[in-house]
Amino acid sequence: MSRWRGLQASLRAARGSLRGTQRDAWPRGHAPWSRSLSASTALRNDFFKDLETQLAAARKKASDALPGSSWSPFEANPNLPPERADIVIVGGGVVGWSIAYWLKQKERVREGVRVLVVEKDLTYSQASTVLSAGGIRQQFSLPENIHLSLASAHFMRNINEHLGVLNEDPVDLQFNHSGYLFLATEKAAHIMEENYSTQRKAGAEVSLLSPDQLRGKFPWINTDGVALASYGLQNEGWFDPWTLLNAFRRKAISMGAIQCCGEVTDFKYTTKRILTSNGDEMDLRRIKSVKVQLPGSLQYQPVECAIVVNAAGASSARLTEMLGVGYGGDAAGTQLPVEPRKRYVYVVHCPDGPGLDTPFVIDYSGVYFRREGLGGNYIAGTSPEEGEEPDASNLEVDHQFFEDKVWPSLAHRVPAFEKLKVTSAWAGFYDYNTFDQNAIIGTHPLVTNMYFATGFSGHGLQHAPAAGRSVAELILDGNFTTLDLSGLDFRRILAREPMLERNIV
Amino acid sequence: MSAAFMSLRRCCQRSALLAVAKRPWSSSPAPSPPLHTRFLLFLAQRFYDVEMLLSWGHRQKRMAIHRRNAYYGYTKNLYGADIAAAFYVLSLKGGFRYVGQSEWFRADRRGKFNWDFLNHKDTLLEEVNMSHTVINSGGLGNLEGQTSLRTLSLRGCPEVDDWFLAGLHVFQDSLKELDISHCPRITVGGLAALRNLKGLRRLDVSSLPKVSSPGLVVLLLEEMLPQCQIVATGYDHSLGQFGGGEVEGQREVREATDCVRKEGVL
Repeated sequence: MSRWRGLQASLRAARGSLRGTQRDAWPRGHAPWSRSLSASTALRNDFFKDLETQLAAARKKASDALPGSSWSPFEANPNLPPERADIVIVGGGVVGWSIAYWLKQKERVREGVRVLVVEKDLTYSQASTVLSAGGIRQQFSLPENIHLSLASAHFMRNINEHLGVLNEDPVDLQFNHSGYLFLATEKAAHIMEENYSTQRKAGAEVSLLSPDQLRGKFPWINTDGVALASYGLQNEGWFDPWTLLNAFRRKAISMGAIQCCGEVTDFKYTTKRILTSNGDEMDLRRIKSVKVQLPGSLQYQPVECAIVVNAAGASSARLTEMLGVGYGGDAAGTQLPVEPRKRYVYVVHCPDGPGLDTPFVIDYSGVYFRREGLGGNYIAGTSPEEGEEPDASNLEVDHQFFEDKVWPSLAHRVPAFEKLKVTSAWAGFYDYNTFDQNAIIGTHPLVTNMYFATGFSGHGLQHAPAAGRSVAELILDGNFTTLDLSGLDFRRILAREPMLERNIV
Repeated sequence: MSAAFMSLRRCCQRSALLAVAKRPWSSSPAPSPPLHTRFLLFLAQRFYDVEMLLSWGHRQKRMAIHRRNAYYGYTKNLYGADIAAAFYVLSLKGGFRYVGQSEWFRADRRGKFNWDFLNHKDTLLEEVNMSHTVINSGGLGNLEGQTSLRTLSLRGCPEVDDWFLAGLHVFQDSLKELDISHCPRITVGGLAALRNLKGLRRLDVSSLPKVSSPGLVVLLLEEMLPQCQIVATGYDHSLGQFGGGEVEGQREVREATDCVRKEGVL
């Protein structure tokens, strides 16, 4: 009502400004229009100036009133996860989002499974995925690892078919097909030859090179001490991990997966006492709900779920600790043997270094390097000795480590690297499997509905597409259908039978 | 009064814009697609059915390309691997020449070809021209057994990408000439894969749109393949305000290739 009066007043004002010359004809009793002492005039003038905001507010009110709007009379925090989800994936790295994508890809009806991905840090400042060197290789000794890498490479070959979203930019992984080059000493040459035949049988394109052939192919290399070299011809190289992570995330969200920024702090579970064949008593746990706490606040949401997937990477062991498995007596063997291990990566600049054909070179001393870009920059690093692991509570870089452990071997292998300059460095965590340094994929024997996809020990990125598919098969189909990864089950940790990689390092 | 009308008009314009929201096409500076495509995408953002139909359409196109590049196993069983490779090349409207023959077998624009190539059984292919065909890395499997392949021309192939170049390592001993100019999907990562082709003597990498610093890439390629002549025309090597045009850039590259030709062993 007041607005209608205001509109009338504005029209009158307009008419008044037009007929300004006729003001003299007004009776003297009337005050001139501009100098009225009543408060209502000021209100009407303000309304006039706020016309745009008023119209915008009216539009918003109308759209909220229409069906399909997200207005609700209760004020709820929009960042809270839903109260119920079918599958909760703890960990929003490349493995977690790969599992979310494959779960949505394999569901047979639209919105058949409600998938929630919980990630505590959406800037990914400490996530292993984005801090990785980004390499993919098939030169392993375990057939499971070779098949995982090969399947992931085939996935990335047609990545736009899998992860392309309508009306969005196509995915460009910036894949460099430069291959991996492993160098072996005299003593380890037979292991390399056995690995070569395993890799060939599994379908990897690898070739063996003698020191002469090595020098002919890569004249910048010093073949001192090298008896045999293994060189990848196809499906090997490095790519951009952030692009892959975002491609998985974008596609999964477009298919209906829900992302939540929060931390899993507690579980609600039921316990059942069972008797083993020896007559011992064990506790079987079943997770009923997950408590997701929002970052930087006390607000939390208990999410009822049917299945929990542990893809938390370096912090996977904290989740199983919350469940209380693996303490006391015979149950000690059921702890998750995954812990964070810090690894350094150094970016060096060497103007006279090897050229465009530089592969990802891994020396027998453990030192590795690869080309980065076209400007004479390289990425180098090494794994520290078993007893000299750096402190994994932070991501500080130890530059002395480069001078002591990395540079001497680099300069020995490539004489051009005697003159280089370290331009930058960073550190990242491996989700290191202390038992046998290989992935753990499968359920826990004492927790019926927790699936593991962790412990990759530095190979998580290159195995992520295929491992995600296998975990999705395990959850939705009940068993592995494409790749048989039953060898990577948790059972081997209970039975104390490690599946070790026979590397030459 | 005029102020009121101006603000009213601004509000109406804004609401009109909201009603017909045009999403910017992509972050690349490519020209925006035609009106009917934009309209379909506008509908696809609001209706699941349209989105599903559009993605089906795209998938059908991709499946058609996969089917054309399928493995010619049946032909291989009946006539042998070489005839199968020859038939594959002709089916994709390419052309080839047998070892020891001087006659080229080609398919014309409508896909018709002479069936005389069946007379030469178990003869390897020496030169293959697959320019402007839809060959992809899956189709390369049909040509895998050709150990005498000397020339391969892939000019303007829209499906040839870095993974295809990585798969060319099967021809590392025999391939002498490779033409991958005008292929829109090749980037530097794929050019690095050409390091395995030790026998390569002539490489044409002209006008690759996804290669961002072509001068540097050509220099690195020449360093990587010292005995190969690299042809890289069609790039604008200009430095913006510092001058230097296309012609100058071409002259520089041609001079560089002349040097290689003089120094290299051909």
